[in-house]
Amino acid sequence: MTKVFKNEQEVIDDLPDGAVVMLGGFGLCGIPENCIRALVAKGTKDLTCISNNAGVDDFGIGLMLQRRQVRKMIASYVGENAEFERQLLSGELEVELIPQGTLATRCLAAGYGMPAIFTPAGVGTEVGMGKEVRNFNGKDYLMEYAFEADYALVKAWKGDTAGNLVYRETARNFNPLMAMAAKITIAEVEELVPAGELDPDHIHTPGIYVHRIFQGRDYEKRIEQRTVRKKESNV
Amino acid sequence: MLNKNQIAQRLAQELQEGFYVNLGIGIPTLVANYIPAGLNVILQSENGLLGMGAFPWEGGEDPDLINAGKQTITTVPGSAFFDSAMSFGMIRAGKVDLTILGAMEVSETGDIANWKIPGKMVKGMGGAMDLVASAKNIIVAMMHTNPKGESKLLPQCVLPLTGVACVKKIVTELAVLEVTSEGFNLLERAPGVSVEEIVSKTAGKLTVNGDIPEMMI
Repeated sequence: MTKVFKNEQEVIDDLPDGAVVMLGGFGLCGIPENCIRALVAKGTKDLTCISNNAGVDDFGIGLMLQRRQVRKMIASYVGENAEFERQLLSGELEVELIPQGTLATRCLAAGYGMPAIFTPAGVGTEVGMGKEVRNFNGKDYLMEYAFEADYALVKAWKGDTAGNLVYRETARNFNPLMAMAAKITIAEVEELVPAGELDPDHIHTPGIYVHRIFQGRDYEKRIEQRTVRKKESNV
Repeated sequence: MLNKNQIAQRLAQELQEGFYVNLGIGIPTLVANYIPAGLNVILQSENGLLGMGAFPWEGGEDPDLINAGKQTITTVPGSAFFDSAMSFGMIRAGKVDLTILGAMEVSETGDIANWKIPGKMVKGMGGAMDLVASAKNIIVAMMHTNPKGESKLLPQCVLPLTGVACVKKIVTELAVLEVTSEGFNLLERAPGVSVEEIVSKTAGKLTVNGDIPEMMI
């Protein structure tokens, strides 16, 4: 059975309304642009999205927020998205904000088959309210559960037909963690190669975690904050 | 009174040889511009990089290479990329020597609030809760008062907390203070700023012992 799908429309076609969906990326870096584009086109709705950020108003998950396709957002930082903040403050959108390390490690736990983790992040704050606290060696930790997600949409630099993935630079971020954490993991890659072409020593996500893979196209890779040094000769 | 760059300059004096340092968004980011030449300091960016370098030259921007503030950056020789779980793993395990971050409020017991203003602003905590819960040494860089002129150094935080009893030191445009079991303790004052002004703008308990030296900027 092949893991290789033709395109983004085909690969997300059975993703139902109301699904719990993880989306990789940090800010707009390493986000599954193609899958988001396809979900927007199809109009899949009532989604619970787990992602570190919520995109910006007109890119990334922001595109799905604009069209009210997201019922609940689980994220750590949403400061770059005015429409998100508006929907949150008006109560239209259900939001769960969780510490970034907790978000990452709850993905890790799911992929490692561990039901829960203990972390000091959020102890004594509203994040800790109602959660079990355990004391280890004199320090308090919150018990946080592994995520249960239906789909993970991740973006890698290179992938092979066996589903092995390699990420590039800081576009790695949450992608390998979410790839491990869902019932069905969909990977979009900039370059899809035959099995055997990637060096097994350099694989970040082994193919066992990846159920579907396809060659992405038309990557915009939008830069959120373009910061540069000016060359002397240009001044 | 210091400007933001001078606050960053003063913060840079806290850096030591071989330190792994996480710099938050805002004034803390500027600290990178004042690392003394010859001092080996490795910057951790919690989106998955050790060895963050300067901004790229114009035209050299790489959308796959950003810092936690989503700014385009470069790497230095010896850098390493990793995923977000490992990034917070090294933070949680206490491998990062120093964390410098911004705040809306700090209490005299070292509590910090910097992620939410109920009903008004919700940006989220990002990695701040993980950092303040685990880092060995946490320094806050912020203005002494808010835009309304009210003190941000309080008996207790009014805004939702990011972390409890974690801040060790605070650098503002007016002063350097440490958090002790007796509340805030004034260590240094900005050039030309009087102890009286600092006292009047500090709402939390503040101890002033002996002559307070001016910062060296």
